[in-house]
Amino acid sequence: MTNQKKQAELIQEISGVNPLKCMKCGKCSASCPSYNEMDIKPHQFVSYVINEDIESLVKSKSLWKCLSCFACVQRCPRDVKPGKLIDAARQIVERQKGGDYLTADEIPELLDPEIPQQLLVSAFRRYRR
Amino acid sequence: MKYSYYPGCTLKNKAEDLDAYARVSAKALGFELEEIEEWQCCGGVYPLGTDEIATKLASVRALNDAKEKGRELVTLCSACHHVLKRVNDDMKNVENIRTKANNYMDLKEPYAGETTVLHFLEVLRDRIGWDTLKEKVTNPLKGKKIGAYYGCLLLRPGKIMAFDDPENPKIMEDFIRAIGAEPVIYPYRNECCGGYISLKEKELSRGMCEKIEDSAEGFGADMLITACPLCMYNLNKNSRTDLPVYYFTELLAEALGVKDEVKKQ
Amino acid sequence: MQRIGVFVCHCGTNIAATVDVKKVVEMALHEPGVVHAEDYQYMCSEAGQEKIRAAIQEKNLSGIVVCSCSPRMHETTFRGAAERAGLNPYMVEIANIREHCSWIHKDMEEATEKAVILMRAAVAKVNLNTPLKPGESRVTKRALVIGGGIAGIQTALDIADAGYPVDIVEKTPSIGGRMSQLDKTFPTLDCSACILTPKMVEANAHPNINIYTYSEVEKVSGFVGDFTVDIRKKARSVDMSKCTGCGVCQEKCPSKKTPSEFNRGLNNRSAIYTPFAQAIPNVPVIDREACIKFKTGKCGICSKVCQAGAIDYEQEDEIITEKYGAIVVATGFDMIKLDAYDEYAYSQSKDVITSLELERIMNAAGPTGGHLERLSDGKAPKEIVFIQCVGSRCADNRGKSYCSKICCMYTAKHAMLIRDKYPDVNVTVFYIDVRTPGKNFDEFYRRAVEEYGVNYIKGQVGKVIPKPDGKLLVQGADLLDNKQILKEADMVVLAAAIEPNPDVRKIATMLTASIDTNNFLTEAHAKLRPVESPTAGVFLSGVCQGPKDIPETVSQAGAAAVKAIGLLAKDKLLTNPCTAHSDELLCNGCSQCANVCPYGAITYEEKEVNDHGIREVRRIAVVNDALCQGCGACTVTCPSGAMDLQGFSNRQILAEVDAICR
Repeated sequence: MTNQKKQAELIQEISGVNPLKCMKCGKCSASCPSYNEMDIKPHQFVSYVINEDIESLVKSKSLWKCLSCFACVQRCPRDVKPGKLIDAARQIVERQKGGDYLTADEIPELLDPEIPQQLLVSAFRRYRR
Repeated sequence: MKYSYYPGCTLKNKAEDLDAYARVSAKALGFELEEIEEWQCCGGVYPLGTDEIATKLASVRALNDAKEKGRELVTLCSACHHVLKRVNDDMKNVENIRTKANNYMDLKEPYAGETTVLHFLEVLRDRIGWDTLKEKVTNPLKGKKIGAYYGCLLLRPGKIMAFDDPENPKIMEDFIRAIGAEPVIYPYRNECCGGYISLKEKELSRGMCEKIEDSAEGFGADMLITACPLCMYNLNKNSRTDLPVYYFTELLAEALGVKDEVKKQ
Repeated sequence: MQRIGVFVCHCGTNIAATVDVKKVVEMALHEPGVVHAEDYQYMCSEAGQEKIRAAIQEKNLSGIVVCSCSPRMHETTFRGAAERAGLNPYMVEIANIREHCSWIHKDMEEATEKAVILMRAAVAKVNLNTPLKPGESRVTKRALVIGGGIAGIQTALDIADAGYPVDIVEKTPSIGGRMSQLDKTFPTLDCSACILTPKMVEANAHPNINIYTYSEVEKVSGFVGDFTVDIRKKARSVDMSKCTGCGVCQEKCPSKKTPSEFNRGLNNRSAIYTPFAQAIPNVPVIDREACIKFKTGKCGICSKVCQAGAIDYEQEDEIITEKYGAIVVATGFDMIKLDAYDEYAYSQSKDVITSLELERIMNAAGPTGGHLERLSDGKAPKEIVFIQCVGSRCADNRGKSYCSKICCMYTAKHAMLIRDKYPDVNVTVFYIDVRTPGKNFDEFYRRAVEEYGVNYIKGQVGKVIPKPDGKLLVQGADLLDNKQILKEADMVVLAAAIEPNPDVRKIATMLTASIDTNNFLTEAHAKLRPVESPTAGVFLSGVCQGPKDIPETVSQAGAAAVKAIGLLAKDKLLTNPCTAHSDELLCNGCSQCANVCPYGAITYEEKEVNDHGIREVRRIAVVNDALCQGCGACTVTCPSGAMDLQGFSNRQILAEVDAICR
């Protein structure tokens, strides 16, 4: 099995998503508030996994633009849940050494006195292992 | 009536108001929030991976604590509410997560999602009732036009949160009516404020918050209410308008005439 | 001892690819009573049947087992073959080694083992079979059509033209159905009323057709050829024989606040009303829930203004009991409720409407007199967005799993009509796929694009956002340009999924007709018997069987009529000889069998019996062979084992179980 295939299967396993259920309606991309910031769009995540192009997926900046707002999960008529696929790709990156998108060193610069703890906690959990 | 209460990290710090006003309001409404002992942070976001177990354990501990006390578990923060409800759903319905989490926990009796998780708003709607709340309001907020800001975490995914209609919710509007004010319905009330993205990319959050506030103002809102400290932060910090944003509990305490009790503390 | 032949079918590769048919043949020869066994590629073919005939005659067989597909598919075929060879058709048993075996297994060894077991059970049963002779039952030469839409009307007309009397039962006050609500019809754009109303008139005037409107089927008993049906004629509160249809009562009625069902709630109607001007019959009904006279006792204006003296507040519901030989279900459809899809803001904006509401708005007799206008402010729209597949093709429990089939075409129609009549209005259609199979259908859709300039965008809409200025912002995806679009619109039209009329579940239960998870009635065979229900004597017409457009509905309505006519043309029907009978010596008259019999086939008689020399009068269950359908409920209920079913006796079934467990 190629590494790409393995990774594609891993994404399906982590996300619990069956990308073959997708009917390519684009409702996820129509709903996504971060759409314009993404290089690979939510609906494309599904086809990248089907086509086993995980190399492109894990390099995509979309991983860090998804807000986990679940609009795509809520509205997907096929129960594909693209947001879960994006999260699984993010997991694959973060679980590797050096895959963190946020490091502790960056924090002091980002802080402002009003930042709620919730923001730091959430960002840490989403952006790093 | 006594509920187990999970305040969460922010309500002990930056969002003390959300917590304090809720406690005095609960007292005025005749119920008590008993903070569970040694609660741990829920993590702020729900770990989506099917193989994520350790990151869910803090929630399981809180859920199990409420179960052992035989109480329903109440939360105020949208994020805690979201995480606790979803982990509870996993413990109830996803065998792999239930088994593994219980193997870690070594509880007296395995936890299988027995606890009912309620948001404070659900307590008001389903346990107290809007009519009772209306009766207890001594200081109705007449003339105020309030936009409810739900954000994403309270509502989605609708099947698991089972909180309200995810596309056309009304629980906060009913709340606004009950405290004597006028709800303003606007279409961006369930759109995301940007959430955690504002840590590194404030501009993205700004764009979203401005859409939300423009829409609310456009439909005539004088102020917004929220149940989420992060939404509150983003709406205040990352927008150009000065539309006031309040925690819903502050307005509740005001309507119940107990707002000053917080200041005394 | 029987002399049994076993015939194993390959069904091409359907069976033979998974089941070792030669092995089944070989194993069959070891079974008690089996004197002949062979396999063949297609046992149901002419050549296959010839093999069966030859073996029966040459080997002097007394019973046969065919290992093939489901008995629902070919039991009749093989019984016929046996009969032609001189064998009693009830000496044939089918071992279903296709649906029950080869289609659901992948492993050949496993599948072959199961096929052998199924064959062995069938052989064990045939060993105990006895020749049976069917009885006869009469055919009532009258048909019932449930539902008075285009499907019901067409079926009724075709049956009536063949010379048989037909009753149409329609729930609403008029026949016409959904088609009467439509403005124009694809692909020819003729006016719906212009082609439907003549058919309504024809049905009403036809000497063989009797129409019960404002009526519902309440009870059905009996069986093919001999159904007895109770029809509840709801009190109309208007005497149909006196009313002249002048309409004054409707004008003068002071209660005018009930949402018009016909206009999809876009405007109101009076409490005494006909759904639309061309209603048949042109006799109003009083909606007693809305009528002031019925609510308060005061008013009575309609009665005062009625010159014909037709108003009758005392009228009561009437139950009509009638016998029918055939029943056609034509209960049609409705659009799904859009509560679960509020991202499209249907409940939040008056300018978000369904396609059926648009039909009413476009219709000259509709609430806006045919002017295309926004329902919120009456202004003419300049930008209209259509959204396809709202609630269709969903796998998430919010909507329907199926494609509603008609939406692509009617949306192309709407788009074209709007662009034709209002060239300054821009029309955009968000679609997932455009599905237009059918004669002149794709050409129709292409005309919308090429000649009328309708803007088709491949992609769904995520959210419809009402703006403070009253406009709508449509946030959608353009998958071909890979863009998220924010499009301002004055009006949004939703192609909501269609679903079978919810009442159909009740009707199917009364008819013991099977229904699928989507509430569509199931056909006897998806390909070969598409207009018949598996319940004999019940036929299917229109959308109650599955989504279809008008041309298809009319074709199917005709097909259902032909099937009904084929039945009514017979004087007698052969009845199923597999009926229950009770053993007088064992029956203790406890009545449990009669309590469970769904066909009312069991009665009791005081009968003198001779029980081992003791003569006494006992209460004994007696089965009416004409009513018994052989369901077997009584045999399993009988506490003393007195009830038994011919062709499926307790001994036969136990022999099958033994053979399987061997």
